[in-house]
Formats: sequence, C-alpha cells, structure tokens
Amino acid sequence: MQTLKSSPPSGDRGMQALTNRSKILERKPMTFLESIYLWNILKGMMITFSHIFKKQPTIHYPEQTRPFSPVFRGLHVLNRDEEGRERCTACGLCAVACPAEAITMEAAERLPGEENLYREEKYAARYEINMLRCIFCGLCEEACPKDAIYLSETFTPASFTRESFIYGKKDLLIPDPVTKPAEFAAAKGIKN
Amino acid sequence: MAFIELPIIYKSLKCVAFSLRTLREKIKKVSEQQLFKVTIDNITIEVPAGTTILNAARQIGGEVAPPAMCYYSKLQGSGGKCRTCLVEVSRGSEKDPRPMPKLVASCRTTVMDGMEVKNITSPKVIDARAGIVEFLLLNHPLDCPICDQAGECHLQDLSYEHGKEGTRYEFQKRVFKKHDLGPYIQLHMTRCILCYRCVFTADQLTDKREHGVLDRGDHSEIATFIEKNLDHDFIGNVIDVCPVGALTDKTFRFKNRVWFTKPVDAHRDCPTCSGQVQLWMRGDEVFRVTARKDEWGEVKDTTDGKPGWICNTCRFEKKHINDWVIEGPSKVNRHSVIAQGHYIGLQKPEEIMPKVMHGRAPKLLMDIHSVSEVNRTNIELSLIDGPATSKTFNHSEKTNA
Repeated sequence: MQTLKSSPPSGDRGMQALTNRSKILERKPMTFLESIYLWNILKGMMITFSHIFKKQPTIHYPEQTRPFSPVFRGLHVLNRDEEGRERCTACGLCAVACPAEAITMEAAERLPGEENLYREEKYAARYEINMLRCIFCGLCEEACPKDAIYLSETFTPASFTRESFIYGKKDLLIPDPVTKPAEFAAAKGIKN
Repeated sequence: MAFIELPIIYKSLKCVAFSLRTLREKIKKVSEQQLFKVTIDNITIEVPAGTTILNAARQIGGEVAPPAMCYYSKLQGSGGKCRTCLVEVSRGSEKDPRPMPKLVASCRTTVMDGMEVKNITSPKVIDARAGIVEFLLLNHPLDCPICDQAGECHLQDLSYEHGKEGTRYEFQKRVFKKHDLGPYIQLHMTRCILCYRCVFTADQLTDKREHGVLDRGDHSEIATFIEKNLDHDFIGNVIDVCPVGALTDKTFRFKNRVWFTKPVDAHRDCPTCSGQVQLWMRGDEVFRVTARKDEWGEVKDTTDGKPGWICNTCRFEKKHINDWVIEGPSKVNRHSVIAQGHYIGLQKPEEIMPKVMHGRAPKLLMDIHSVSEVNRTNIELSLIDGPATSKTFNHSEKTNA
C-alpha cells in the first residue's frame, strides 16, 4: 500500500485500487466440516425462526386497514353546511392555487327558491377535478375561504379508463346530512 | 375732426398694446414664480401652484402616492370623503414653517412653497390609514369570494397593504332593500363605501343623473328614488369608477373570475365614444369590456388626450371577437393576481411528434373535452345577457340528452 501511494502510476502494474480498504481474499480449500455447511445452515435457520416470535409488519388488507395519518391528503370532498347547502361559491381560489391546474369550474347565480340548496348567492354549477393531473398537494383546501373543499382520508379508486378520473360535482359532493344522514356519516368516516 | 383724432387713436392703441405686453410678461413671471417646491417623503418636486398634495405625490409616483378611494382625477369635485389619502404636513410652507396640527386629506389640500409632507415615512399616517381601513370595512361585507370585483378591487388592495388583520366590530353589518338598476348594472349596496364617484360620473358624463345618494348617515344608499333603469349612453362608466364591487357589470356577472380572463387592448369604430377599450377574454370569448385603466386605476386617456370613457354599446353589446380590432395583450402589473398564468416570453418547444411519427397523428387516449362538463360548446357563457343560472345549465343538459 505504501509503495502504491508513493510511486507514480505506471502502465505495467495493471489496475490500481481506488481506496486502501481492499481486502485480500483467502482462497484456501474448505475443510470437511466447512464443506457440509451444517453450521452455516443452522445459523441461517436461527434467524429465520426468530422472526416467528416478532411482531408482524403486514396487515390483512381488506379485512384490516391501516389508520391514516391525520394530515393524510386523499380524494377531494365538496362539503355542505349543517343545513345541507353546498358551501362552494365558485370563487376560483382553489383553481388559481392549484399548481397542477386540475380544477375547473363554472359559476351560476342562485335563483329564488334555491336557497336551501346553495349557501351563497353564487354557486358552482359545474366543478371538476381532473384526478389524472391532481398531485394531492392540498393547496386547494388551504386556499378555500368557505371551508368547501377538503382532502379526505380515502384513496382515489383505481380504474381501467382515463375518463373515470374526471371527477364532477356528483362524485365530489358529500351526501346531504339532512336527507341522507347515514350516507353522510359513512362519507365522513363516522362508524356507528 | 377725423384728422385730428387719428394720432390720438393711434397713441391709445399703442398704449393698449404696450400694457398688454407688460401684462403678459407679468403673468409669465408670476407663473414662473409659482412653481412650488414641495418635499414628500424626502423627495423634492416642483409643481405649479394649486396642485394638490396627492397629485404632486402622483407625479413622483410609486409608494409615495397616497392611496385614494374617492378621489378620481377625471371627475371634477371628487375627493375628500374617504380619508384614505391622509398625510402629515410636517412643515406648512417657507413663510410659515409650523406643522399642520392634524393629518390632512391630500386630495383636497393644495401645496405651498417649501411644504414638507410625510406619507409612508410617518407612523402617524400609517396608523391612521389602518384605522380608516377598519372604518371602511365595518359595513363592507367580506364576500370577496362571490364578488366580481375581487382581484381588481381597490378596497381589497387597500386592506392588504394598509389594513390590520382583525376587526373590533361586533355588530350586524347594515343591509339594504335590493334595487334593480336595469339589465346592465348590478348594484350591491352593502358593498358601497359612499365615495360618490358614480354620482359625479352621472353628473358629468350624462345629461340627466337618475341615481344618487338617498337618506343620511348609516342609512345612506345609492339608488334611484323610484325604481328606474339606468340607461344613458355613458352610464356604464359608473362600473369602472366604482372602487369596490358595489356597481358591477351584469353582463359579466358570475361568468368568470377576473384572474382567469386575459386583458387585451382593442378598439372599434364607435360613433359615440373613442372605442378604445380593454377586452377581458378567455380563448376567443369576450367576457367583459371595460375602459383602459392607468396605474392609479383610473380611466386612461385615449390617444387624442381625452379621458377614455366608453359607451354602453361598446361595453355591453359588443361581446363578439369580430366586433373588435385587437391591438395586443394589456400590460398587467406582475404583482397583480390578474397576471397569473400570463406566460410572457414563452418559448414553445418544437413539435416533434409529426416528425417522429412520419406524419401520422398520435393516438390520443382521452380528449378532455369529450369527458369534461365544463366549457361545453353549446353554452356560450359570454353571450348570455345576465348571469348563468341553473336554468342555463339544466336546459343544456336536456338538449344534450
């Protein structure tokens, strides 16, 4: 090693080690006890069987599910207020905050007689999230001034077609807590 | 007789000419003298006598210019109502260097020679302005998510820049009976800050003002006394002068957010007005037409130097791209939300697909327009008279099916 460091590299010595940590392998022929591998197999099996007594890292999905982190950002939900009116007023702040430009909407004016449906004078007649574009960053939730959009603790379901990833209002809107309390509770994740 | 009088007439004429000349020289001298030196936030500028502090500060420009909610340089008599432009005069003039005892409204106070004014350098002014914003917001509803003015609202800008985060007001905000001002102009009285700009606009641009401020104090409201449509040719300009969302364009109502539309300068041959406007477009759709605005948010002068007020026909009727000659995209301050998504100097990469595919079109796995319910071709939102309602969308759904 000393000679390697001090002497300048010369072509006739062949490949030089990059570090001084290389070990020289012993190539002695194995003894009889070593060649039947008994001890080595036992050593390996010890490690294998010791795992029987350890805690299982896996769970039996779909019967069991893992708890989500409280900050998990999953599928979007369009919220309703306690009277069942849609909270979204189509202000466009989620769409302008969206870095993936996944959100589009079209607003409409609330007609007289629709006060039980929409909370404000203006509402989103169309609201669409392109889940193929969405990166689940949660900036829409942060931007929303009306507490209307939330990222729930659910995954976006897998599908075979691209078309099924364009989520409209009927996919996003939470069930009405007044007329459909059971479905609302299920959507909220409240278990009875 | 005549022969005798001639020299006298000649003499007197000469005398008049001489006196006229001296008078002109005198006026010239006076006007030369009457350039007042005024120092605003440690920046000195010379302005002619009679200039207000606000206009002197606007000549300096930038942050030095106090914000104004009611003053409008194109409207005579405006100003002095909102108190947003309060400044501190720390030195009255050269002759009387005492400071003014109270903060003064800079839109109504004229400059004096040697005056020293503090705007953003004075903590008193900044504190007072925060108080003014709080006052203006006492009764102003926080419905910016619904309001069409959001994104270009002066009160929004003012509260962001000069206001405090919270309010100390605990009572119900005032509410009003709704007034209908016709098919073009939408009035939201709750948002009004009573700046009187629209009243001056109607007085100065139209033959007969039909709306005004009714009642007093907390009850004062903008309305037509008897329910009436505002339909003068130039009445649409009240939308442009309104600093808040109290008067908005009904033909644009709820159709799009300002920051999703792209402002474009355009003109047309209009018999009633200059026809120089700003179009707010999305794709090829003209969603809204407004007058062009200068850096103070006021109507810009046209190329021949007159204020660029536009007529109702240009503003409300011409919502088709073929009606206009487009000059190019308007300059938008890059700090404005309207500038979002405006990619200036964008270099598009070369389209290599046809080259790679030997002229064949690539197979699209999904065309978003075949799936998306937004922006359907059978609903031209920009061409609907008023705001879209559930009828607009339900009707189109039926025709789809």
